Amino acid sequence: MGLKRKILELHKKREEVLKGGGEKAIEKQAAMGKLTARERIVSLLDPDSFHEYDLFVEHEARDFNMDKKILHGDGVIIGTGTIYGAPVCIFAQDFTVAGGSLGMMHARKITKIMDHALKLKVPLIGINDSGGARIQEGVNSLAGYGEIFFRNTLSSGVIPQISVILGPCAGGAVYSPALTDFVFVVDKISKMFITGPEVIKTVLGEEISMEDLGGAKVHSEITGNAHFYAKSEAECFEQIKKLVSFIPWNNIRKAKAFEPKEPKSEYRVSEIVPGDPRQPYDVRDVIKGIVDDSDFFEIQEFWAANIVIGFGRMNGETIGFVANQPLVLAGVLDVDSSDKAARFIRFCDAFNIPIITLVDLPGYLPGVDQEHMGVIRHGAKVLYAYSEATVAKITVILRKAYGGGYIAMASRHLRADFVFAWPTAEIAVMGPEGAANIIFRKDIMEADDPDKMRKQKVKEYKEKFANPYVAAARGYVDSVIEPEETRKLILHAIDVSGSKSVFLPNKKHGIPPF
Amino acid sequence: MKDNGCEGKKKRCRTLMIEGTKYKTYLNKKYETRKFWEKKDEKKIYTFIPGTVVKLYVKKGQSVKKGEPLMLLEAMKMRNIITSPSDGKIRKLNVKEGRKLKKDQLMAEIE
Repeated sequence: MGLKRKILELHKKREEVLKGGGEKAIEKQAAMGKLTARERIVSLLDPDSFHEYDLFVEHEARDFNMDKKILHGDGVIIGTGTIYGAPVCIFAQDFTVAGGSLGMMHARKITKIMDHALKLKVPLIGINDSGGARIQEGVNSLAGYGEIFFRNTLSSGVIPQISVILGPCAGGAVYSPALTDFVFVVDKISKMFITGPEVIKTVLGEEISMEDLGGAKVHSEITGNAHFYAKSEAECFEQIKKLVSFIPWNNIRKAKAFEPKEPKSEYRVSEIVPGDPRQPYDVRDVIKGIVDDSDFFEIQEFWAANIVIGFGRMNGETIGFVANQPLVLAGVLDVDSSDKAARFIRFCDAFNIPIITLVDLPGYLPGVDQEHMGVIRHGAKVLYAYSEATVAKITVILRKAYGGGYIAMASRHLRADFVFAWPTAEIAVMGPEGAANIIFRKDIMEADDPDKMRKQKVKEYKEKFANPYVAAARGYVDSVIEPEETRKLILHAIDVSGSKSVFLPNKKHGIPPF
Repeated sequence: MKDNGCEGKKKRCRTLMIEGTKYKTYLNKKYETRKFWEKKDEKKIYTFIPGTVVKLYVKKGQSVKKGEPLMLLEAMKMRNIITSPSDGKIRKLNVKEGRKLKKDQLMAEIE
């Protein structure tokens, strides 16, 4: 009798808290085209897999009449669940409760699930939808953010961290996503910025909408803060699920292996790449011609598109791809593409994912703006990331690999384990036109017909140096291969490097050119 | 045969020259809208931050010494004294007291 009543009481208590911010607030959330925090968790996780913690947590604020306010769950939902059977820790800010504002207990719930994730060594997913710090809780709210950032940093490289921006995420709050590995945004719903349109207007007189300042498109195309862009929350959840299927739970385990599948027959690598190094093609088609089932999962598709990064599987196992994209800016390295590649290389290295690099680049992007934006220190990140990475590094030089670009793109000199080159590869200090102009300057200037002489000298240089054999003669390239052999040889390379181990000098940590 | 990039698509390929070689490729928005660098004209004084001119110390035609205060530009609650970059005469004065200015606006020219 007593037990039944107690259980009934529990049900009642639960029912009350599960109302979140109440009907009105939920209606408002729906009117903004957004799901509620609880709906989001249910949509993302495997059916019936979510287990919630800290449902009955209450805030402790006393000032400004806060003691009279009831905030269910203190505006955040935390718990554990699974995605395709993989365990995850998750939190979702509930905008219907005090605008998802972050107070002390709200932050403690988040840090509790973060600690849990790090201890259990499973991925952490954070769904952000919050007006920011709960002003009434003052410095306690700031302390909460700090505790979150600290844990993001501790967890970095140990467990994958995923941030989903499904509402406002502004001011200090946005630094948590920035510290995590993957940021997902949704059109018209996500808003991320440090100082909002209001402040910018008062201080600087610049008028801009929230969408133009920090909407989903801006962060997917201009800033590079976001990694995945979706048109709807449903699409976003599918993307997250797919990502989770590719990455391991932590830095000790391997990602789940799938059934190996041959690439689709429509992607024949030998038919994609034109022989003339000045002609473009979509390098993603080459990747699709190499990976299992032609299934390539691209990251940061719309930002710095001159380099392509993403995951695919080979023989069922997850592989990271880095490839120059001749279709955009001729595939050059520049400030943004260097940042993009370097961070991805470090993710792969931290989580033991082999890296395949497809090389086809004319060098670095010339320009005053690039130099003044610090392309030197940004470009150096790529060198650092490749040199430091100890996972299997497999490099395939498709066509041109000139100058500093050749060195940077996982060359032998940065300790690539395997360097393959197609017969179309041109490994040289620069393109034939530039090289001939310098080496044969005198001959060209003194000739009766300088143009004719230049053309002849370019041709001579091309024949002698625009090939993979000079590099192969020094062992910088291991083998010159036929394009159609690429998949077979990469599979072999992965097979034989399964127990790779290298010893780096003992140190606390390196100092990458951040 | 797969579509080799630019051919037969609506968006037209452009030419990008790198070390004497011309490559056919798409350009991106950032590249196309990049700012072209110009040598700074020491005689022209621009706003380095959006703000309001709260005080003018000089008039047009007046002679000034290098480092002499020309005006007070209030921006982000800070009062910035704008000084003359060189000895000379004020050739042009494009601002009035109380006027709000955007970034990179020409305020004055020294002869």
